[in-house]
Amino acid sequence: MNTSGATDPVETATKPDGIVQARGISKTYDGGIQALEGIDLGFPKGELTTLLGPSGCGKTTLLKIIAGLLEPSAGTIIVNGRAVTGPGPERAFVFQDFALMPWASVLRNVAFGLELRGVPRRERHGIARSHIAKVGLAGFEERYPHELSGGMRQRVGLARALAVDAEVLLMDEPFSAVDEQTRRKFQEDLLHLIQSENKTFIFVTHSIEEAVYVSDQVVLLTPRPGAVSRVIRTGLDHGGSPEELRRNKRYLDMVEEIWQMLREYLV
Amino acid sequence: MRILGRDIPIMFALVFWALAWEIVGRAELVFLVPPFSHVLAALAEMVQTGKFQDATLLTFESFALGMGLALLLGIPLGVLMGRVEAAEKLLGTWVNVFVSAPLTALVPVIMILFGLGQTTIVVTVMLFAVWIIVLDTQAGIKHVNPSLLEMARSFGASRLDLYARILLLAALPEILAGVRLGIIRAVKGVVIGQLLVSIIGYGELFELYSRNFLMEQFWALTILLFAFAMLAAELVGWAERKVEFYAGARG
Repeated sequence: MNTSGATDPVETATKPDGIVQARGISKTYDGGIQALEGIDLGFPKGELTTLLGPSGCGKTTLLKIIAGLLEPSAGTIIVNGRAVTGPGPERAFVFQDFALMPWASVLRNVAFGLELRGVPRRERHGIARSHIAKVGLAGFEERYPHELSGGMRQRVGLARALAVDAEVLLMDEPFSAVDEQTRRKFQEDLLHLIQSENKTFIFVTHSIEEAVYVSDQVVLLTPRPGAVSRVIRTGLDHGGSPEELRRNKRYLDMVEEIWQMLREYLV
Repeated sequence: MRILGRDIPIMFALVFWALAWEIVGRAELVFLVPPFSHVLAALAEMVQTGKFQDATLLTFESFALGMGLALLLGIPLGVLMGRVEAAEKLLGTWVNVFVSAPLTALVPVIMILFGLGQTTIVVTVMLFAVWIIVLDTQAGIKHVNPSLLEMARSFGASRLDLYARILLLAALPEILAGVRLGIIRAVKGVVIGQLLVSIIGYGELFELYSRNFLMEQFWALTILLFAFAMLAAELVGWAERKVEFYAGARG
Protein backbone atom coordinates (compact mmCIF):
# COMPACT_ATOMS: atom_id res chain seq x y z
CA MET A 1 0.00 0.00 0.00
CA ASN A 2 2.95 2.26 0.56
CA THR A 3 3.52 2.96 -3.09
CA SER A 4 -0.05 2.75 -4.31
CA GLY A 5 0.12 6.28 -5.63
CA ALA A 6 -3.55 6.92 -5.00
CA THR A 7 -4.33 10.59 -4.94
CA ASP A 8 -7.60 10.44 -3.08
CA PRO A 9 -7.25 10.27 0.66
CA VAL A 10 -9.46 7.59 2.05
CA GLU A 11 -12.13 9.29 4.03
CA THR A 12 -14.15 7.66 6.72
CA ALA A 13 -17.24 8.83 8.49
CA THR A 14 -16.38 10.27 11.90
CA LYS A 15 -17.76 7.34 13.78
CA PRO A 16 -16.94 7.57 17.47
CA ASP A 17 -15.35 4.28 18.30
CA GLY A 18 -11.86 3.42 19.45
CA ILE A 19 -10.06 3.46 22.76
CA VAL A 20 -10.63 7.20 23.14
CA GLN A 21 -13.91 8.77 22.07
CA ALA A 22 -15.02 12.37 22.04
CA ARG A 23 -18.78 12.74 22.19
CA GLY A 24 -20.31 16.11 21.50
CA ILE A 25 -17.41 18.05 23.02
CA SER A 26 -17.89 21.82 23.15
CA LYS A 27 -15.83 24.32 25.04
CA THR A 28 -16.62 27.93 25.74
CA TYR A 29 -14.09 29.86 27.79
CA ASP A 30 -15.09 32.23 30.59
CA GLY A 31 -14.68 35.27 28.38
CA GLY A 32 -17.37 33.89 26.05
CA ILE A 33 -14.91 32.70 23.42
CA GLN A 34 -16.07 29.43 21.92
CA ALA A 35 -13.07 27.22 21.23
CA LEU A 36 -14.73 23.96 20.24
CA GLU A 37 -18.15 22.99 18.96
CA GLY A 38 -19.73 19.57 18.80
CA ILE A 39 -16.64 17.42 18.37
CA ASP A 40 -17.40 13.75 17.73
CA LEU A 41 -14.30 11.67 17.18
CA GLY A 42 -12.92 8.20 17.65
CA PHE A 43 -9.25 7.44 18.20
CA PRO A 44 -8.43 3.85 17.17
CA LYS A 45 -6.30 1.77 19.50
CA GLY A 46 -2.65 1.42 18.58
CA GLU A 47 -2.79 4.19 15.98
CA LEU A 48 -1.53 7.72 15.81
CA THR A 49 -4.18 10.33 15.21
CA THR A 50 -3.19 13.92 14.53
CA LEU A 51 -5.32 16.95 15.28
CA LEU A 52 -4.43 19.45 12.58
CA GLY A 53 -5.72 22.92 11.95
CA PRO A 54 -4.90 26.61 11.81
CA SER A 55 -3.78 28.44 14.94
CA GLY A 56 -6.60 29.07 17.35
CA CYS A 57 -8.73 26.17 16.13
CA GLY A 58 -8.75 24.67 19.61
CA LYS A 59 -6.64 21.59 18.93
CA THR A 60 -4.64 21.99 22.13
CA THR A 61 -7.88 22.69 24.01
CA LEU A 62 -9.31 19.41 22.73
CA LEU A 63 -6.14 17.55 23.71
CA LYS A 64 -6.25 19.02 27.22
CA ILE A 65 -9.92 18.07 27.55
CA ILE A 66 -9.00 14.50 26.58
CA ALA A 67 -6.21 14.65 29.17
CA GLY A 68 -8.72 15.73 31.82
CA LEU A 69 -6.81 18.97 32.42
CA LEU A 70 -9.69 21.08 31.12
CA GLU A 71 -13.40 20.49 31.57
CA PRO A 72 -15.57 20.59 28.47
CA SER A 73 -18.61 22.89 28.53
CA ALA A 74 -20.62 20.05 26.99
CA GLY A 75 -20.01 16.48 25.96
CA THR A 76 -18.00 13.58 27.31
CA ILE A 77 -14.65 11.95 26.72
CA ILE A 78 -14.72 8.18 26.95
CA VAL A 79 -11.48 6.27 27.52
CA ASN A 80 -11.67 2.47 27.58
CA GLY A 81 -15.44 2.72 27.91
CA ARG A 82 -15.37 5.02 30.94
CA ALA A 83 -16.16 8.71 31.10
CA VAL A 84 -13.23 10.99 31.93
CA THR A 85 -13.59 13.21 34.98
CA GLY A 86 -9.94 14.25 35.30
CA PRO A 87 -6.43 13.05 34.58
CA GLY A 88 -5.95 9.30 34.83
CA PRO A 89 -3.14 6.74 34.80
CA GLU A 90 -4.14 5.40 31.38
CA ARG A 91 -3.25 8.75 29.76
CA ALA A 92 0.11 10.55 29.74
CA PHE A 93 0.84 14.01 28.39
CA VAL A 94 3.85 15.37 26.54
CA PHE A 95 4.04 19.15 26.77
CA GLN A 96 4.91 21.67 24.11
CA ASP A 97 7.25 23.54 26.47
CA PHE A 98 8.57 20.25 27.95
CA ALA A 99 7.38 21.18 31.49
CA LEU A 100 10.47 19.78 33.19
CA MET A 101 11.22 20.59 36.80
CA PRO A 102 14.39 22.71 36.62
CA TRP A 103 15.43 21.72 40.14
CA ALA A 104 15.35 18.00 39.44
CA SER A 105 17.78 15.77 37.54
CA VAL A 106 16.76 14.01 34.34
CA LEU A 107 16.32 10.82 36.35
CA ARG A 108 13.98 12.44 38.84
CA ASN A 109 12.04 14.21 36.13
CA VAL A 110 11.46 10.98 34.23
CA ALA A 111 10.51 9.15 37.42
CA PHE A 112 8.17 11.94 38.56
CA GLY A 113 4.95 10.28 37.38
CA LEU A 114 5.92 7.12 39.25
CA GLU A 115 6.99 9.16 42.29
CA LEU A 116 3.49 10.68 42.45
CA ARG A 117 2.05 7.17 42.33
CA GLY A 118 4.15 6.13 45.29
CA VAL A 119 6.38 3.67 43.45
CA PRO A 120 9.42 2.97 45.69
CA ARG A 121 12.54 4.90 44.83
CA ARG A 122 14.71 2.01 43.67
CA GLU A 123 11.99 0.59 41.46
CA ARG A 124 10.98 3.89 39.84
CA HIS A 125 14.60 4.82 39.17
CA GLY A 126 15.12 1.46 37.47
CA ILE A 127 12.09 2.02 35.24
CA ALA A 128 13.15 5.61 34.54
CA ARG A 129 16.68 4.54 33.56
CA SER A 130 15.38 2.08 30.99
CA HIS A 131 13.14 4.74 29.40
CA ILE A 132 15.94 7.31 29.43
CA ALA A 133 18.01 4.80 27.48
CA LYS A 134 15.08 4.14 25.15
CA VAL A 135 14.87 7.80 24.11
CA GLY A 136 18.63 7.91 23.58
CA LEU A 137 19.68 9.82 26.68
CA ALA A 138 21.66 7.14 28.52
CA GLY A 139 24.47 8.81 30.44
CA PHE A 140 22.46 12.00 31.05
CA GLU A 141 20.56 10.71 34.10
CA GLU A 142 22.21 13.04 36.59
CA ARG A 143 22.13 16.14 34.37
CA TYR A 144 19.74 19.03 34.92
CA PRO A 145 17.29 20.32 32.30
CA HIS A 146 19.16 23.58 31.70
CA GLU A 147 22.23 21.57 30.70
CA LEU A 148 20.30 19.94 27.84
CA SER A 149 19.33 21.17 24.36
CA GLY A 150 15.67 21.68 23.44
CA GLY A 151 15.54 18.37 21.61
CA MET A 152 17.05 16.52 24.55
CA ARG A 153 14.61 18.16 26.95
CA GLN A 154 11.69 16.96 24.90
CA ARG A 155 13.16 13.45 24.96
CA VAL A 156 13.07 13.71 28.74
CA GLY A 157 9.41 14.75 28.50
CA LEU A 158 8.72 11.78 26.28
CA ALA A 159 10.58 9.36 28.58
CA ARG A 160 8.54 10.68 31.51
CA ALA A 161 5.29 9.98 29.64
CA LEU A 162 6.50 6.49 28.64
CA ALA A 163 7.66 5.66 32.17
CA VAL A 164 4.12 5.60 33.57
CA ASP A 165 3.19 3.04 30.90
CA ALA A 166 -0.06 4.74 29.89
CA GLU A 167 -2.05 3.28 27.03
CA VAL A 168 -2.72 6.67 25.50
CA LEU A 169 -0.01 9.25 24.85
CA LEU A 170 -1.18 12.81 24.32
CA MET A 171 1.40 15.00 22.61
CA ASP A 172 0.89 18.75 22.33
CA GLU A 173 3.06 20.06 19.48
CA PRO A 174 5.99 18.21 21.02
CA PHE A 175 8.46 19.18 18.30
CA SER A 176 7.50 22.79 17.78
CA ALA A 177 10.14 24.14 20.16
CA VAL A 178 13.07 22.22 18.65
CA ASP A 179 15.12 22.98 15.55
CA GLU A 180 14.40 21.49 12.13
CA GLN A 181 17.05 18.75 12.07
CA THR A 182 16.18 17.61 15.57
CA ARG A 183 12.56 17.68 14.57
CA ARG A 184 13.08 15.31 11.64
CA LYS A 185 15.10 12.88 13.72
CA PHE A 186 12.44 13.10 16.38
CA GLN A 187 9.66 12.27 13.93
CA GLU A 188 11.57 9.22 12.75
CA ASP A 189 12.15 8.09 16.33
CA LEU A 190 8.47 8.60 17.04
CA LEU A 191 7.56 6.23 14.23
CA HIS A 192 9.86 3.58 15.70
CA LEU A 193 8.26 4.15 19.04
CA ILE A 194 4.76 3.65 17.67
CA GLN A 195 5.83 0.39 16.05
CA SER A 196 7.43 -0.94 19.22
CA GLU A 197 5.15 0.37 21.95
CA ASN A 198 1.68 -0.50 20.71
CA LYS A 199 0.22 2.57 22.35
CA THR A 200 -2.42 4.94 21.11
CA PHE A 201 -1.03 8.37 20.24
CA ILE A 202 -2.97 11.60 19.91
CA PHE A 203 -0.83 14.28 18.45
CA VAL A 204 -1.37 18.01 17.95
CA THR A 205 0.56 19.88 15.29
CA HIS A 206 0.18 22.73 12.86
CA SER A 207 2.61 21.18 10.38
CA ILE A 208 0.89 19.36 7.52
CA GLU A 209 4.05 17.44 6.58
CA GLU A 210 4.52 16.30 10.14
CA ALA A 211 0.88 15.28 10.45
CA VAL A 212 0.91 13.14 7.30
CA TYR A 213 4.35 11.75 8.02
CA VAL A 214 3.59 10.33 11.44
CA SER A 215 -0.16 9.67 11.36
CA ASP A 216 -2.49 6.83 10.58
CA GLN A 217 -5.38 9.26 10.78
CA VAL A 218 -5.47 13.05 10.41
CA VAL A 219 -8.33 15.10 11.83
CA LEU A 220 -8.76 18.50 10.19
CA LEU A 221 -10.32 21.12 12.44
CA THR A 222 -12.00 24.33 11.27
CA PRO A 223 -11.01 27.72 12.72
CA ARG A 224 -12.69 28.99 15.87
CA PRO A 225 -14.95 27.55 16.97
CA GLY A 226 -13.07 24.35 16.19
CA ALA A 227 -15.22 21.65 14.64
CA VAL A 228 -14.27 18.50 12.77
CA SER A 229 -13.85 19.36 9.12
CA ARG A 230 -12.65 15.98 7.88
CA VAL A 231 -11.07 12.78 9.05
CA ILE A 232 -8.49 11.41 6.66
CA ARG A 233 -6.90 7.96 6.77
CA THR A 234 -3.37 8.33 5.47
CA GLY A 235 -3.01 4.66 4.61
CA LEU A 236 0.77 5.06 4.62
CA ASP A 237 3.12 2.30 5.68
CA HIS A 238 5.12 3.80 8.51
CA GLY A 239 7.26 0.72 8.92
CA GLY A 240 9.49 1.43 5.92
CA SER A 241 12.53 3.67 5.72
CA PRO A 242 12.03 7.38 6.42
CA GLU A 243 13.62 8.35 3.09
CA GLU A 244 11.18 6.16 1.22
CA LEU A 245 8.24 7.61 3.05
CA ARG A 246 9.30 11.22 2.50
CA ARG A 247 9.56 10.58 -1.26
CA ASN A 248 6.38 8.51 -1.43
CA LYS A 249 3.99 10.01 -3.97
CA ARG A 250 0.96 9.29 -1.85
CA TYR A 251 2.61 11.14 1.04
CA LEU A 252 3.41 14.15 -1.14
CA ASP A 253 -0.04 14.24 -2.74
CA MET A 254 -1.73 14.02 0.60
CA VAL A 255 0.29 16.92 1.97
CA GLU A 256 -0.76 18.97 -1.05
CA GLU A 257 -4.38 17.93 -0.74
CA ILE A 258 -4.60 18.84 2.92
CA TRP A 259 -2.94 22.15 2.17
CA GLN A 260 -5.66 22.88 -0.40
CA MET A 261 -8.33 22.06 2.18
CA LEU A 262 -6.80 24.17 4.92
CA ARG A 263 -6.11 27.02 2.55
CA GLU A 264 -9.78 27.98 2.35
CA TYR A 265 -9.74 28.72 6.09
CA LEU A 266 -6.95 31.24 5.74
CA VAL A 267 -7.91 34.82 5.16
CA MET B 1 40.04 47.98 43.12
CA ARG B 2 42.89 49.38 41.01
CA ILE B 3 44.94 52.46 41.71
CA LEU B 4 47.64 53.61 39.27
CA GLY B 5 47.37 50.33 37.43
CA ARG B 6 48.02 48.21 40.49
CA ASP B 7 45.61 45.83 42.15
CA ILE B 8 44.66 46.95 45.60
CA PRO B 9 43.21 44.31 47.94
CA ILE B 10 39.71 44.93 49.28
CA MET B 11 41.05 45.02 52.82
CA PHE B 12 42.98 48.14 51.86
CA ALA B 13 39.88 50.32 52.13
CA LEU B 14 39.27 49.11 55.66
CA VAL B 15 42.88 49.68 56.69
CA PHE B 16 42.95 53.12 55.06
CA TRP B 17 39.87 54.40 56.87
CA ALA B 18 40.92 52.80 60.13
CA LEU B 19 44.20 54.74 59.87
CA ALA B 20 42.38 57.96 58.99
CA TRP B 21 40.12 57.41 62.00
CA GLU B 22 43.17 56.80 64.22
CA ILE B 23 44.81 60.04 63.06
CA VAL B 24 41.67 62.11 63.54
CA GLY B 25 41.21 60.55 66.97
CA ARG B 26 44.79 61.16 68.06
CA ALA B 27 44.62 64.75 66.90
CA GLU B 28 41.66 65.15 69.26
CA LEU B 29 39.81 67.18 66.65
CA VAL B 30 36.37 65.96 67.54
CA PHE B 31 35.39 64.93 71.00
CA LEU B 32 32.98 62.29 69.59
CA VAL B 33 35.78 60.44 67.79
CA PRO B 34 38.28 58.70 70.05
CA PRO B 35 41.27 56.97 68.37
CA PHE B 36 40.37 53.74 66.60
CA SER B 37 42.85 51.73 68.68
CA HIS B 38 41.03 52.85 71.84
CA VAL B 39 37.74 51.73 70.32
CA LEU B 40 39.22 48.32 69.57
CA ALA B 41 40.53 48.07 73.12
CA ALA B 42 37.08 49.00 74.42
CA LEU B 43 35.57 46.36 72.15
CA ALA B 44 37.85 43.65 73.52
CA GLU B 45 36.96 44.68 77.02
CA MET B 46 33.26 45.04 76.33
CA VAL B 47 32.73 41.58 74.87
CA GLN B 48 33.97 40.08 78.12
CA THR B 49 31.43 41.80 80.32
CA GLY B 50 28.39 39.90 81.53
CA LYS B 51 26.10 42.75 80.56
CA PHE B 52 27.25 42.61 76.97
CA GLN B 53 26.94 38.84 76.79
CA ASP B 54 23.42 38.94 78.20
CA ALA B 55 22.49 41.63 75.71
CA THR B 56 23.94 39.56 72.85
CA LEU B 57 22.01 36.51 73.94
CA LEU B 58 18.81 38.52 74.16
CA THR B 59 19.45 40.02 70.74
CA PHE B 60 20.05 36.70 69.04
CA GLU B 61 17.09 35.14 70.78
CA SER B 62 14.74 37.98 69.82
CA PHE B 63 16.09 37.97 66.29
CA ALA B 64 15.60 34.21 65.89
CA LEU B 65 12.10 34.27 67.37
CA GLY B 66 11.00 37.30 65.35
CA MET B 67 12.47 35.97 62.14
CA GLY B 68 10.93 32.54 62.77
CA LEU B 69 7.53 34.16 63.21
CA ALA B 70 8.04 36.21 60.06
CA LEU B 71 8.77 33.03 58.08
CA LEU B 72 5.87 31.13 59.63
CA LEU B 73 3.43 33.91 58.84
CA GLY B 74 4.99 35.41 55.74
CA ILE B 75 5.47 32.37 53.52
CA PRO B 76 1.96 30.89 53.96
CA LEU B 77 0.43 34.35 53.53
CA GLY B 78 2.47 34.91 50.36
CA VAL B 79 1.45 31.51 48.99
CA LEU B 80 -2.21 32.27 49.77
CA MET B 81 -2.00 35.63 48.02
CA GLY B 82 -0.23 34.05 45.07
CA ARG B 83 -2.92 31.41 44.63
CA VAL B 84 -6.18 33.06 45.71
CA GLU B 85 -7.15 36.21 43.91
CA ALA B 86 -9.55 37.30 46.66
CA ALA B 87 -6.72 37.15 49.21
CA GLU B 88 -4.51 39.20 46.92
CA LYS B 89 -7.21 41.83 46.42
CA LEU B 90 -7.96 41.96 50.14
CA LEU B 91 -4.36 42.13 51.43
CA GLY B 92 -2.21 43.25 48.52
CA THR B 93 -2.49 46.97 49.11
CA TRP B 94 -1.74 46.64 52.80
CA VAL B 95 1.31 44.48 52.27
CA ASN B 96 2.60 47.03 49.77
CA VAL B 97 1.95 49.87 52.22
CA PHE B 98 3.77 48.09 55.02
CA VAL B 99 6.70 47.01 52.90
CA SER B 100 7.68 50.62 52.26
CA ALA B 101 6.32 52.25 55.42
CA PRO B 102 8.68 53.65 58.10
CA LEU B 103 7.79 50.93 60.57
CA THR B 104 9.85 52.54 63.33
CA ALA B 105 6.85 54.81 63.86
CA LEU B 106 4.83 51.80 64.95
CA VAL B 107 7.28 50.57 67.58
CA PRO B 108 5.85 52.84 70.33
CA VAL B 109 2.43 51.32 69.61
CA ILE B 110 3.93 47.84 69.93
CA MET B 111 5.48 48.92 73.20
CA ILE B 112 2.09 49.91 74.53
CA LEU B 113 0.61 46.61 73.39
CA PHE B 114 3.40 44.28 74.50
CA GLY B 115 5.19 46.16 77.25
CA LEU B 116 8.80 47.23 77.67
CA GLY B 117 10.31 43.81 77.29
CA GLN B 118 11.58 41.16 74.93
CA THR B 119 8.13 40.53 73.41
CA THR B 120 8.15 44.02 71.94
CA ILE B 121 11.53 43.38 70.33
CA VAL B 122 10.40 40.04 68.90
CA VAL B 123 7.26 41.64 67.46
CA THR B 124 9.32 44.50 66.01
CA VAL B 125 11.67 42.05 64.30
CA MET B 126 8.69 40.18 62.89
CA LEU B 127 7.02 43.37 61.72
CA PHE B 128 10.16 44.56 59.94
CA ALA B 129 10.85 41.26 58.20
CA VAL B 130 7.47 39.80 57.32
CA TRP B 131 6.18 42.05 54.52
CA ILE B 132 8.99 41.61 52.05
CA ILE B 133 8.80 37.85 52.61
CA VAL B 134 5.07 37.93 51.84
CA LEU B 135 5.61 40.02 48.73
CA ASP B 136 8.45 37.96 47.28
CA THR B 137 6.74 34.65 48.06
CA GLN B 138 3.62 35.89 46.31
CA ALA B 139 5.64 36.96 43.27
CA GLY B 140 7.40 33.59 43.17
CA ILE B 141 4.17 31.62 43.39
CA LYS B 142 2.49 33.73 40.73
CA HIS B 143 5.34 33.20 38.30
CA VAL B 144 5.41 29.43 38.56
CA ASN B 145 5.15 28.09 35.03
CA PRO B 146 1.48 26.98 34.70
CA SER B 147 2.47 24.07 32.52
CA LEU B 148 4.49 22.62 35.43
CA LEU B 149 1.24 22.54 37.40
CA GLU B 150 -0.60 20.97 34.47
CA MET B 151 2.19 18.44 34.16
CA ALA B 152 1.91 17.44 37.81
CA ARG B 153 -1.89 17.22 37.56
CA SER B 154 -1.70 15.12 34.42
CA PHE B 155 0.44 12.60 36.33
CA GLY B 156 -2.10 12.45 39.12
CA ALA B 157 -0.73 14.96 41.65
CA SER B 158 -2.93 15.67 44.67
CA ARG B 159 -3.44 19.21 45.96
CA LEU B 160 -0.76 18.64 48.56
CA ASP B 161 1.63 17.33 45.89
CA LEU B 162 1.09 20.49 43.87
CA TYR B 163 2.16 22.65 46.79
CA ALA B 164 4.93 20.51 48.23
CA ARG B 165 6.47 19.17 45.03
CA ILE B 166 5.89 21.97 42.53
CA LEU B 167 4.78 25.37 43.83
CA LEU B 168 7.14 25.80 46.79
CA LEU B 169 10.15 24.41 44.95
CA ALA B 170 9.51 26.41 41.80
CA ALA B 171 9.09 29.59 43.85
CA LEU B 172 12.10 28.85 46.06
CA PRO B 173 14.49 31.37 44.46
CA GLU B 174 12.03 34.25 45.02
CA ILE B 175 11.18 33.02 48.51
CA LEU B 176 14.88 32.97 49.41
CA ALA B 177 15.37 36.44 47.98
CA GLY B 178 12.51 37.58 50.23
CA VAL B 179 14.07 35.83 53.22
CA ARG B 180 17.42 37.52 52.59
CA LEU B 181 15.84 40.97 52.39
CA GLY B 182 13.72 40.02 55.39
CA ILE B 183 16.82 39.16 57.43
CA ILE B 184 18.45 42.49 56.57
CA ARG B 185 15.30 44.27 57.71
CA ALA B 186 15.07 42.08 60.80
CA VAL B 187 18.57 43.17 61.85
CA LYS B 188 17.36 46.75 61.69
CA GLY B 189 14.25 45.73 63.59
CA VAL B 190 16.16 44.07 66.40
CA VAL B 191 18.38 47.13 66.88
CA ILE B 192 15.66 49.75 66.54
CA GLY B 193 13.39 47.77 68.84
CA GLN B 194 16.06 47.65 71.53
CA LEU B 195 16.98 51.30 71.09
CA LEU B 196 13.41 52.41 71.53
CA VAL B 197 12.69 50.11 74.45
CA SER B 198 16.15 51.14 75.77
CA ILE B 199 15.99 49.36 79.09
CA ILE B 200 17.10 45.91 77.92
CA GLY B 201 19.80 44.42 75.71
CA TYR B 202 21.93 46.54 73.42
CA GLY B 203 19.44 49.36 73.81
CA GLU B 204 20.30 49.58 77.47
CA LEU B 205 24.03 49.54 76.64
CA PHE B 206 23.65 52.23 73.99
CA GLU B 207 21.64 54.31 76.41
CA LEU B 208 24.31 53.84 79.04
CA TYR B 209 27.24 54.65 76.74
CA SER B 210 25.78 57.68 75.01
CA ARG B 211 24.30 59.19 78.15
CA ASN B 212 27.71 58.98 79.87
CA PHE B 213 29.65 59.98 76.75
CA LEU B 214 31.55 56.68 76.72
CA MET B 215 32.31 57.13 73.04
CA GLU B 216 34.87 54.31 72.83
CA GLN B 217 32.31 51.75 74.01
CA PHE B 218 29.60 53.37 71.91
CA TRP B 219 31.62 52.99 68.72
CA ALA B 220 32.73 49.47 69.64
CA LEU B 221 29.10 48.39 69.95
CA THR B 222 28.16 50.14 66.71
CA ILE B 223 30.95 48.44 64.78
CA LEU B 224 29.90 45.08 66.18
CA LEU B 225 26.27 45.56 65.16
CA PHE B 226 27.22 46.68 61.65
CA ALA B 227 29.48 43.67 61.28
CA PHE B 228 26.71 41.38 62.50
CA ALA B 229 24.24 42.83 59.99
CA MET B 230 26.69 42.35 57.13
CA LEU B 231 27.53 38.83 58.20
CA ALA B 232 23.85 37.86 58.37
CA ALA B 233 23.21 39.23 54.86
CA GLU B 234 26.31 37.49 53.50
CA LEU B 235 25.25 34.16 54.99
CA VAL B 236 21.87 34.28 53.29
CA GLY B 237 23.47 35.47 50.06
CA TRP B 238 25.71 32.43 50.18
CA ALA B 239 22.74 30.10 50.72
CA GLU B 240 20.97 31.85 47.87
CA ARG B 241 23.84 31.27 45.46
CA LYS B 242 23.59 27.56 46.21
CA VAL B 243 20.14 27.42 44.61
CA GLU B 244 20.99 29.91 41.89
CA PHE B 245 22.08 27.14 39.55
CA TYR B 246 18.51 26.44 38.70
CA ALA B 247 17.07 29.87 39.40
CA GLY B 248 18.89 31.18 36.35
CA ALA B 249 17.90 28.25 34.22
CA ARG B 250 14.14 28.36 34.68
CA GLY B 251 11.60 28.85 31.99
